[in-house]
Amino acid sequence: MVNVRELVRTSPATRAGLSIAVATGAYGVSFGALGTASGLGVPEVCLLSLLLFSGGSQFAFIGVLAGGGSPASAAGAATLLGLRNGVYGMQVNTLLRPRGWRRLAAAQVTIDESTAIALGQDDRAEQGRGFWTAGVGVFVLWNLMTLLGALAGDALGDPRRWGLDGAAVAAFLGLLWPRLRGREPWAIATVCAVVTVLGIPLVPPGIPILVAAAVAALVGWWGRERAPEEVAAR
Amino acid sequence: MTVWLWLLAACGLAFLTKLSGYLVPQRLLGSPAVVRVSGCITVGLLASLVTMNAVADGQALALDSRLLALGAAVVALLLRAPFLLVVVVGATAAALGRLAGLP
Repeated sequence: MVNVRELVRTSPATRAGLSIAVATGAYGVSFGALGTASGLGVPEVCLLSLLLFSGGSQFAFIGVLAGGGSPASAAGAATLLGLRNGVYGMQVNTLLRPRGWRRLAAAQVTIDESTAIALGQDDRAEQGRGFWTAGVGVFVLWNLMTLLGALAGDALGDPRRWGLDGAAVAAFLGLLWPRLRGREPWAIATVCAVVTVLGIPLVPPGIPILVAAAVAALVGWWGRERAPEEVAAR
Repeated sequence: MTVWLWLLAACGLAFLTKLSGYLVPQRLLGSPAVVRVSGCITVGLLASLVTMNAVADGQALALDSRLLALGAAVVALLLRAPFLLVVVVGATAAALGRLAGLP
């Protein structure tokens, strides 16, 4: 058994993973509550968190249902919003190269948070600790809080009142911040933010993120002959 | 019943999407171009996620207390606050905004 307290003390990646697990897991309450409000039963809502396990995709699924959309279009929106997880899987695979059952487990917990924590570390062991702590931590707390939210429904009140949506913004910025060293990352981040703002009203939810990813990939490809050290994935 | 079928379909597709990233041939992953491109994608995705979480309300743009959270988080990061404190500062700023009657 690993000495957990020692690990938390000495590993920044483990601390970051636990922090984001708590921040993101808490958001599960809102998903559970909104899920039952969209007309799904408690088992369906909990199954989404257990099997689909990608916050944006889950919110898209219930959002389409709540807006009167068909279950098929709900599944379509959720799948499109989850495409970025394929990119994440490739990035995590580059770092950790899991094998056997670990590969299946890693795939299931490949989400925004676990990928970002892993990519934010310089050291190979830290990348692994960060990925698994964030991935498993978010998975456990997200599912528990989903059940809680689904059972309590709207009785818990609006999670926005507690600023949890603001916590998500701060968390993603906190993950981006350390990567903004040098001119090129700033340029990419700015262009992608603008692309996202322009895309939100024009294309379905989730697509602006994919467009931004494509733009960033093109910038990376065009500039591949120069300054490779500036934005190298670690 | 159709809800259950599409729900399970969405879950299956989500897992296959995630798994596909792990099945890309290893020899393709180590090249400098791939490493550079995925580094750029990471920055782009995170910037897009920050933006989406800050101003998107479905398919509309909404300026609300989340912008207070964004500003407060920037200040916290400039002051070199640790990650968890940045998150707490963001939540507090948004909660205070809502307490003050902002959307």
